[in-house]
Formats: sequence, C-alpha cells, structure tokens
Amino acid sequence: MPASPLLEVSDLSKRFPVRGSRSLVHAVDRVGFSLQAGESVGLVGESGCGKSTLVRLVTRLLDHTGGEIRFEGQEIGAIPSAHFAHRPERAKIQMVFQDPTDSLNPRFTAFDTVADPIRHLAGVSERRLLQDRVAEVADLVRLPGELLGRYPHQLSGGQQQRVGIARAIAVSPQLLILDEPTSALDVSVQAVILHLLAELRRRLGMSYLFVSHDLNVVRLITERVMVMYAGRIVEVGPTAEVFSRPNHPYTRALLSAIPTFDPNSRRERIRLPGEPQSPIDPSPTVCRFFGRCPEGFDRCAREMPALRHLGGDRHVACHLLDRDHDGEGPSE
Amino acid sequence: MRGAGPLLSVEDLSLEFRARDGTVRVLDGVGFTVGWGKTVGLVGESGSGKTITALAIMGVLPPTARVTAGRAVFKGTDLLAADERTLRRYRGSEISMTFQQARAALNPIRPVGRQIEDVIGHHTDLQPAAARSRTLDLLAGVQIPDPGRVYGAFPFELSGGMCQRVMIAMAVACSPSLLIADEPATGLDVCTQAAVLELIGDLARQNNMATLLISHDLGLLGERADRVVVMHAGHVVETAPTAALLAAPRHPYTAKLIASSPRPSVGLADLVTIPGTIPDFRAQLPPCRFSFRCDRAAPECDQPPLPRVVVGPDHVVACRRPL
Amino acid sequence: MSTAVLRMARAGRYVVLGNPLTFGAFLMLAGLVTLALFGHWIAPYDPLATAVGPRLAPPSTTHWFGTDHLGRDILSRVIVATRLDLLIAISAVTLSFAAGSAAGASAGFYGGWTERIVTRIVDTIMAFPLFVLAMGIMAAVGTSVMNIVLTVALINFPSYARIARAEVNVRRNAGYVEAARLAGNTPRRILAVHIYPNCLPTLIVQASMNMGWAILSAAGLSFIGLGVRPPTAEWGIMVSDGSAFMMSGEWWVSTFPGIALMLAVLSFNLMGDGLRDLIDPRRRS
Repeated sequence: MPASPLLEVSDLSKRFPVRGSRSLVHAVDRVGFSLQAGESVGLVGESGCGKSTLVRLVTRLLDHTGGEIRFEGQEIGAIPSAHFAHRPERAKIQMVFQDPTDSLNPRFTAFDTVADPIRHLAGVSERRLLQDRVAEVADLVRLPGELLGRYPHQLSGGQQQRVGIARAIAVSPQLLILDEPTSALDVSVQAVILHLLAELRRRLGMSYLFVSHDLNVVRLITERVMVMYAGRIVEVGPTAEVFSRPNHPYTRALLSAIPTFDPNSRRERIRLPGEPQSPIDPSPTVCRFFGRCPEGFDRCAREMPALRHLGGDRHVACHLLDRDHDGEGPSE
Repeated sequence: MRGAGPLLSVEDLSLEFRARDGTVRVLDGVGFTVGWGKTVGLVGESGSGKTITALAIMGVLPPTARVTAGRAVFKGTDLLAADERTLRRYRGSEISMTFQQARAALNPIRPVGRQIEDVIGHHTDLQPAAARSRTLDLLAGVQIPDPGRVYGAFPFELSGGMCQRVMIAMAVACSPSLLIADEPATGLDVCTQAAVLELIGDLARQNNMATLLISHDLGLLGERADRVVVMHAGHVVETAPTAALLAAPRHPYTAKLIASSPRPSVGLADLVTIPGTIPDFRAQLPPCRFSFRCDRAAPECDQPPLPRVVVGPDHVVACRRPL
Repeated sequence: MSTAVLRMARAGRYVVLGNPLTFGAFLMLAGLVTLALFGHWIAPYDPLATAVGPRLAPPSTTHWFGTDHLGRDILSRVIVATRLDLLIAISAVTLSFAAGSAAGASAGFYGGWTERIVTRIVDTIMAFPLFVLAMGIMAAVGTSVMNIVLTVALINFPSYARIARAEVNVRRNAGYVEAARLAGNTPRRILAVHIYPNCLPTLIVQASMNMGWAILSAAGLSFIGLGVRPPTAEWGIMVSDGSAFMMSGEWWVSTFPGIALMLAVLSFNLMGDGLRDLIDPRRRS
C-alpha cells in the first residue's frame, strides 16, 4: 500500500453561473477519487457529463467552486488558476488534447510548440540545450526530426497528435491527462497512438488519467476505470471487472452499446428511455440518472445515492444494490 | 414500382478536384450496388472518398469537383447525367441524405418543425394543417419524447442526438426509397449512437427503405449493415456480405482495418497498426493505391489494371493477392 | 531565414499567377510609392509655381493634365500630392491599427472592466456619423497635418478595436491557448505570442481596406476646407478647386486628381484581398 496517492480529489465541485439568472449549472458535483503513482485510470462518460470540466479542474486550467485537489499530498486546488503557471506543480501535471488541429497553434512550428513548455517550465533558454531536448522528446514520440520545422497544417493527423504528446511530456510530468487523445483520429492512426502512449508510460513511469467516451479504447490502456454521469462519478473499479460485471445500470447501458464487430452477437442493447435531467440546479435528493434509468424505483427519486465501497476495489453509487442484495451485500 | 435491377447501382465512378497545384483524383472507378430495402455500409478512413461519393449520387458536388466517368443508376435513371430538374424531383423525396454535423446542417434560425414542413410542402401538396400533423408524427416516429415542444425548438436548443433525429425525420418525411446517412453516429455518445443507428434500422424496415450507411467505424456497421463496401483512397477495395467480411476479410486493407480497431476481444498487444497514410492524389499512383502500405505487396501489384476478383458469393476484392 | 524568403517568394508567385487583379494592384501601389518618394524630381514643373502656362488650359503635350485657374501644372500637382496623401493615410492607419488592435485584443482577452471601457469608447465614437465627427474635431482643433492624422486615426479606431476583440474572443478558449497555459505562459504572453499573431491576417486585410478609406477621409476633409490648406498640393483640395469649373467645361481640373484618388483607393482595396492569401499560413503549402 503506497503512503499517499499521487492525486487525491475530494468533494470537488464546479458550478457555472447561468447567464442572466441566479441558477447554476452543476458541471462537476462533489467528485472524489484518487490516483496512485504510475497508475492509469480511465474516465468514461457521455459528452456533457462533466469529464472535460473535471480534468480542467485537475490540470488547474479552471478554478473549482468547492472541494480539494491534493497533488503529492499538497493542496493545489485553492491556488488560483491564473497563478498556477508559476508553481512547480505546473510541470508535473500536463495534458494531451482531443483535437490536434485545435490544440496546436497554427503559427507555431512543431519545434516551437514542443519548446514552449521547456522554455517556460524547465527554464531552458539556450538554443543548443533547447534543440537537444526537443530532439530527444521528438525521438520519444517517434516524430521524425525533419518534421520539427513544419507548421501543423503541413502534418498529418497522427503527426499532429505526436507533436501534442511531445509538448505534454517535454517537461517530464508525473501525471498526464489524456483528453480523448484519439477520438479525432482515424482507426489506423488511433492504434499507433495507443501503442505509443502505452510505451511512453512504460518508459517514463507517468500516471495517466485517460478520458474517453470510447469504452473499447479505455479498456486497452487503463487499469482502473471511473464512470461519470451528469457531473457525478457513479462507478469505479478495476477495468476488467467493471467491463465483465458492471454494477451501475448506466455502466451496463454503456457496455451494451459497444460495437462488437460480431454480426452474430446481436446482444440486447439496453435502451435508455426519456431525456437526461437538466444540469441546471438539479435536485440534491434525486439520483441524476433517475428518469433515464431502466431500473429506477421510488427510492431513487427521494435520495441521491452516494458512492459506496463494495469490497475489492469497486465502488458504485446506486440504490439497486441494496434492493437486490437485500441488505446482505455492500459494506460501508 | 420495383425494377428488375438493384435500386442504386454506382458504376465506375471517377471524380476529380481541380486544385491550385494540379488535379486531385479523388475517386477512381468506384462501383457498388444497393439492393431494394437493403442496408449497405460504406466504410473507410478520412480521405477515402465516402462522403464525396454520396454527394455525387445526390448531385450536390462542390463546384471544383468534376465527374470524369461513370454512372449512378437509380431506378433506371442515371443521376450523373440527369438534369437539375430531375434531380430536384428525386432529392428529398426519392433519395435523401443526413449529414454528420446535424446541428450545422439545420437552419439555425428556423424552428425545426417548420424545416420538416418545408420539405413536405416542397414534395407533396398536403395542406398546412396536414403537413403539421405529419411533422408531429415524424418527430414522434424518430422517438423524440415531446414532439410538440421540439416542433417549435431551434437547433441550438436541442442536443446533438436530438438534431440528428430531427434530420432523420426530415430525411424520411417523403418516404424515400433510399436514405444516405453520412456518419450519423459520429460525435454522439455511445448510448445515443446505438439508439440513432437502431432508429435508422427500424425506419428502414418499416418503410422498406434502402440505406447507405457511411461510417469510418467498421464496428458500428457490423451489427447493422447487410453488406459492406470498403473504400481506401478513392477505390472500392472490397465488397461483401457483412458476416463474411468480418469473419474472413480478403483484402489486406480490410483485414488491417478490422485488426486495428479496438474491440472487446483483443488487448493492446494484438492491436495492429497500418503503416503510412493515404497517398497524395496529385501524384502518379500505382493501380493499387494500398500497395505501398501493404505488407503483401509484390511486383505484380504494380501491373495495371486494378483487378476485381470474385472470391465468394457476392464477395469481390480489388487485389491481386487476396488473403 | 533564406527558406522564409523563398516561401514568401513562392507565395508571391502564386498571387501573381493566380490573381492578376491583385498583381495589378501591387504594381499600382508600387507606382504610387515611387511617386510619393521621388515625385518632386519626377514632376515636370514646380507644383506651387503659378502661371507656368496659360490659365485653365486643357490637356496638351506641354501640360498633360492641363492647368488650373492660377496657371499651375496639374500633372505636377497630382504627382507631388501623392506623398502627402499617402503619408496622412499610412500614419493614420498605423496609429489606429496599433491603438485599436491593442485595446480590442485586451478587451477580448481579459474581459471584465477592460472590455467594458473599450466597448464604451468604441460605442461612443460609433454613435456619431464618423465623417461629421471628424469635421467637428478638425473645426475645433484647427487644421494641421498632424491633426488630420490624429482625427482620421480616431475615427478608424473602432473598426480595429471591434475586429481585434472579436478575433481574440473566438480564440480565447482554443485548445492551443489552454495548451499554452499548461506550458507555463503568462496571460500577457499568451495574448501577445499565441493569440494576437493568429488575428493578424484579418487585421492586416482590414488595414489595407481601411487605407483607401483613410485617404478618402483626409481628402474629404481638405475638400470641405477642414484639412490641408491651399496652396499645398493635395488631391482633395484640387478636386475642390476644380469643382467650380466643372460647370463651365474645364473638367480636367477636378478629374485628374479625382482619378488619382480613385486609383489609390482601388489599389489598396484590391491589395487587401491579395494580402489575405499571402499572410494566412494555412493557404501556403
């Protein structure tokens, strides 16, 4: 058992004001999780579930409205994001973005892009040293050196994403957040990037927080997975176990929708009826999934289920377990 | 009225773009058929020519594109040779298309219900009241929970999945014989994806409508399409019944495409990568545009023409050395 | 360095071959700049000297553009006026470009009170008919070349501020801006190094279009007597001088400076389109 986790998030919330009213969008609602050094954790959920907001809180691009973010035991959540650029932790938490065409400055060459964090966070300004380090990082992500002088529009999608990864690992972060790093890429390129990410983690010993809506991809690259729905984490557990025995009805619905490549396995897809609840001022006493949940019952409308430990490394936030197990199952 | 042949038959379609620095040969001899009431999947990576093929069939090509050869015969009429009036009659009523970015494809300043009514009004002589009730039926038909509310909503007020449903409702408003759905699931969530594809399947069955389902994701097509057409760099490389294609792909590209897709049964170590990218279409290209990415390439592959080998029932590959 | 020059040359070749109109505009501007720099030597007569020929003589071989009511050579005056007109326009546009884009970019990036102040200033200026505002200011501060430059700069300020604000605003949340924050850039550096250069193409195109308008504004002020003072050679005054003789048939007094004015405005506008292609890196290959 490691002494303290690399990242520990507790009770983290982000509420955005709604323009022209006093209502609040509850984008992230009292989320807690931890991530050990060297671990790779997946964060899965549909768009708008708050996963992008959550990682932007953790990377300190956004300020939270409640809760704590501890990195290596240090509370970093309270530091205003505008000042975080000057903190030593800045170099330790980096991110790879979803869409390389949007996340690379069109007027920066690949070299300039990769050199940017090295200049500011590692304080390297001498041209020779900078060139050496950029070449070293480009080598790590298998970006041919002659491409370093090119602008993003002169690179293919896969090469662009390599530049994005090189920029993120240039200052040797301990925690790398991957925000849907392959969803804008073609299947063949996606496979290449996934292999590269797995190799980089092995070689550099980074921790990954891998955000994706694609469960097939998450399964390949993470040891643990967190499922998020409407701003809350509804299930956490070892990836293989969650995939083989999902506990939350939302996880089950997600898994039933995965393409299988098998025309013979016409599995019964779980249909989610109804519309998702509005994220604006949601009721604190109603399960967020209620209304769409195929198995919801009266208690779900009265009480918000908390994330509970189920034994092993599994957690779930659902009343169904009480009903199904009739009291004998989950331990607090 | 059902003819003898297939509903749509695309034959030897070649198309090029005029660019500043030369001619880009985007499609080269593309051919496939869509049977009456069948669902055909058109799959390929970006740049393979899927969408431009669909636009050519619809007769809505960008001005810089030029069809250099081929036919697209729909119910006995060659759409590529037809005049604009004939095309306008077909478009929307006989063939309709949904687009990837549903929200962007809808008029942002007109309530979506009115937009569906516009289509109905254009192709039928229904009275406004009847058109309205037809629209509400259509919205209900695409499983929109509250058709009355959505009728008056603007696209920006609806989620991506809802916009996709609205566009599908619009596309099936005049009960077309063929629906072309361009990446209907891309950009949607896993659950919504499955629901939208299922909806298209249900509508196709109910109305005996053929569907050309365009996607970059072979996995999505696997469970829905009767047949799959695989495209690479402007060529059709393989067409086959879905089950046969997934179980035993014969073109090296199809095999690699399947092997490189993350799927439930494989781990990362077994995930195959395809080297290289789609070639530069401005250059002089070998007959097989996959040869330089292919690990089975042999000198004979550079001999024109690109072969079309029948390897099984209804199963054709464009490869000299099929698997 | 040499590769950059090469790239510019290649892009330049594209502009020339692909767009003869832009090329024509470039040639015309080159001509204007030559006249502005060397006009005093090129002009056949002293532009201020009266009675170098007969009064109101029509165009002839000795006086190509004819002479005005004081017997001054119109061709010489049109040539020499180029310097002053271009100087006023370029200085005014440079000033409003610098001030307007800096203010607008800060407003778009920082938001809050910066944005409120800038938008208030812009709205206030825009509340007036701009030329009438310029007339008012000129009447109040008195006519001098410096005042013309400042006034024309002021009335052009809003267009740069608004464009810069909008351009920065759409990029403020771009992925590469978030990435720049992760890379440890300070907000000011993000604005100056990451965002602002990406807004330049639009601003430069605007500047080029605006240049024509600035020339017109300056000439317009002179035309109504609120700009450059006679007997200085300036296109606006010359058109104004000649307007009295239009009715009596001496058309050349107004027409030739008017054509010069029109050509200058036209070539700046055409160049705007060409520049957009040159500057935008996504259009180069």
